[in-house]
Amino acid sequence: MIVGTRTRRIEDPRLLRGAGRYAADIQLPGMLHAAFVRSPHAHALIRNIDLRAARDMPGVAAVLTAKELEAAGVRLRMPLGFPSTMLPENITPFVLTPNEVCFVGEAVAMVVAESRYVAEDAAAAVEVDYEPLPPVADLEAALAPGAPKVRREAQSNMLTQFTIAYGDVPGAFAGAAHVFRERLEQHRGAAHPIEGRGAVARYEPGEDRLTVWSSTQMAHDLWMTLAALLGMPDDRIRVSAPDVGGGFGAKFLVYPEEIAVAAAARLLGQPVKWIEDRMEHFVAAIQERDQLWDVEIAVDREAKIRGVRGRLVHDQGAYTPQSTNCAYNSATSVTGPYIVPAYALEVWAMQTNKVPTIPVRGAGYPQACFTMERLVDRVARELKLDRAEVRRRNLVPAAKMPYEKPLKNRAGAPIVLDSGDYAGGQEKGLAAIGYSDFAARKSAARAAGRHLGIGIAHGVKGTGRGPFESGTVRISPSGRVSVYSGALAMGQGIHTALAQICAAELGVAPQDIEVITGDTAYVSLGLGGFASRQLVTAGSSVQLAARQVRDKALKVAAQQLEAAESDLELADGEARVAGTNRGMKLSAIARLLRGVPGYSLPPGVEPGLEASVHWQTDQLAYAHSFHACEVEVDTATGGVKILRYVALQDSGRLVNPLIVEGQVHGGVVHGIGNALYERMRFDEAAQPITTTLADYLLPTSTEVPRIEVLLHESPSPFNPLGAKGVGEGGTVPVAAAVIAAIEDAIGVPISEAPISPARIVELLADK
Amino acid sequence: MKPPELRRVGVTVNGTLHERTIEPRLTLADFLREELQLTGTHLGCEHGVCGACTVLLEGHTARACLTLAVQANGKDVRTVEGLAPAGELNPLQTAFWDKHGLQCGYCTPGVLMTLTELLAAKPTPTEAEVREALSGHLCRCTGYQNIVAAALEAAARLQK
Repeated sequence: MIVGTRTRRIEDPRLLRGAGRYAADIQLPGMLHAAFVRSPHAHALIRNIDLRAARDMPGVAAVLTAKELEAAGVRLRMPLGFPSTMLPENITPFVLTPNEVCFVGEAVAMVVAESRYVAEDAAAAVEVDYEPLPPVADLEAALAPGAPKVRREAQSNMLTQFTIAYGDVPGAFAGAAHVFRERLEQHRGAAHPIEGRGAVARYEPGEDRLTVWSSTQMAHDLWMTLAALLGMPDDRIRVSAPDVGGGFGAKFLVYPEEIAVAAAARLLGQPVKWIEDRMEHFVAAIQERDQLWDVEIAVDREAKIRGVRGRLVHDQGAYTPQSTNCAYNSATSVTGPYIVPAYALEVWAMQTNKVPTIPVRGAGYPQACFTMERLVDRVARELKLDRAEVRRRNLVPAAKMPYEKPLKNRAGAPIVLDSGDYAGGQEKGLAAIGYSDFAARKSAARAAGRHLGIGIAHGVKGTGRGPFESGTVRISPSGRVSVYSGALAMGQGIHTALAQICAAELGVAPQDIEVITGDTAYVSLGLGGFASRQLVTAGSSVQLAARQVRDKALKVAAQQLEAAESDLELADGEARVAGTNRGMKLSAIARLLRGVPGYSLPPGVEPGLEASVHWQTDQLAYAHSFHACEVEVDTATGGVKILRYVALQDSGRLVNPLIVEGQVHGGVVHGIGNALYERMRFDEAAQPITTTLADYLLPTSTEVPRIEVLLHESPSPFNPLGAKGVGEGGTVPVAAAVIAAIEDAIGVPISEAPISPARIVELLADK
Repeated sequence: MKPPELRRVGVTVNGTLHERTIEPRLTLADFLREELQLTGTHLGCEHGVCGACTVLLEGHTARACLTLAVQANGKDVRTVEGLAPAGELNPLQTAFWDKHGLQCGYCTPGVLMTLTELLAAKPTPTEAEVREALSGHLCRCTGYQNIVAAALEAAARLQK
């Protein structure tokens, strides 16, 4: 058995030897290096840009502004990532901004020079004369009467407003035994893959061909965007993602810098490389940032939920590069694993003079989860019920699966919780953490002067977002098996998983399969890496394609071996009559199907031993997580130590449990960052003040606990593999569980995340 | 602006002496990556926090992003490329493979160098000691768990 086993990854040996090839590792003859001149103001008009000093520096090839790009035939305004008629016009960022800067870090000019050192020297010599304008520094400021406008062109700081609702909400609240209200302040920082963004572009003037290597999660979108903005035929452009050193959402966007680098390469006729430094990642790569929630829950006497309603204010940042999908995800995922008969959430997407936001790992689900779990904990506290018991009374029972919610995903398909045993998962998780005797542990610790707390939370994450991902399986006449997909590998182990799926169908070993992803020269259609989708979508396509290849190989082998197809099996790289040594190698079958000039193919088959499938879906496969954690809080310092962390994950049928566990570990630790450490801080003028990794804290090995992972397997009925994605499920419930545990330890309600030690001390002082 | 004065340096990297004429401001990381094409040493933050660029300088870990190449003049540097003969993995690297101690692989070379130093100094570290040694590295993928597991596994195998 290959699918379902803890197979070592095929990606690893190369990476372990330091032989990976990331964007920064690409060296081309005559290559130039780019650096960007970025706005120091959150909002200002550009009066004048003086490029003379920079241009005169030795080693500088070009200094470009919006004017020079426009003259070179570049369209300046980025297209909206997810085109929508629901949003106003003119909301996207510029390749280089021509007249106005709207956040600190916005690119104003680009220097191209013989080395990065010279490019940075020259960037510092570009003199920009700014006329500062009043900035919109945060959500409260954006909402204030008479607030300045985020951009001069904006009609309003409110980008858009929409409501997600179903059921009789007024009735649910009017007839409720209890209604509780919460105001929750949530912040998620930035993605911070350890490799920042980066792109290398090569233009061949004679052929008018452009090749771009980018550390991206969406090679195919970059391809089409380059064609549109540079005005080039798309069939003369190739985009290839080399090894990608993590993405977490930051690279699921076509960025202005990628276009500028390609434009410069075309203009100068020399390769141009731009590698983001960490400060640029802080000020110019997307973040997720702030959400303010005002919500109410209505319950009956038995703590059964009757309804949830409220308002979500979401921070879009200075521009909208993609959509309002993060806020939409939040609004449609609040009810999560629970039966909520009536629901209404008004969403205000507000613009601020800060870096644009799009989803980071979890994509709005963690905040919705935090909101719902805080409300459920509140109900338990007010009604003096056990928190696990309140959940038991409200979870969607396994017997009701699949359970359709009166909500739609952005494809317009109903949100259907496809499978799972939420209550059963809770019981397993509670047993693992020792929930039933926690009260005794807590009071014993208290007697010894220590403050322990326990927190639990459920998360449900829609995964495997469609509409499709491409999958091609090919066996060459040499016997080589290759898999091609528009999926994008960025560390998740998708090559190994696809190789396992293909290997299982073809009777070959996964390590003998070559997997090629994220390269538009090989694959014409692809959507890339986001929304925990690639195993479900690319995996299903590859499985179905491999089956077609298998069927074809068996058909040909049956003819050649004069055997019945049903007597044949594929194993060890050959089709053989089961139980005998009569067989035909896959390479021999592929050679037959390759054809010989002038001779006929075997009867009844098309040429080539390959197949392509684009398995389609509008449904999401809902992965469930139940987390339980035990913390100790030092009430003098506010320090939080996570003593134990149990993460139960139902990710459907497991293809590689080793990889699944690794995804859960990483996801949980990202969530711990969101609960305790990661805050992208700005001052009152929207000036970012955490712009190094010494100021913005990512969790390190000494803070994070050993995570106890429990895997539960409820296959999804909605895809051929039965899989559910696992990239984000680990992150979703973490802040809810950790904050609940801290609250339990200190006995003071908490309605925010992340929470710092100083804030915990402050809350204790106000107690 | 006055062009920078160039310096001649000789640095022994993974056992081979490399002599180059360089700008004094060239970092050791860029020297390795750009001058010697040893791109296994990665840059994650260029301000000394993430640890991705960690190399061994005279046997001790150093941030190659905060070390100037001229500071390595006449010294011995070891990078991820020098851990095992070409095409092979050493026991630490093999343990990382077996224990899924890497995902995107970007922080991995630096982590391997720190653990090489740790295991040389302390062949049977505790989990807490491994975590302490790793605390100068940022990894966004693994949650550190399987890095720790791989380090402990490598230590155990090296004892055999």
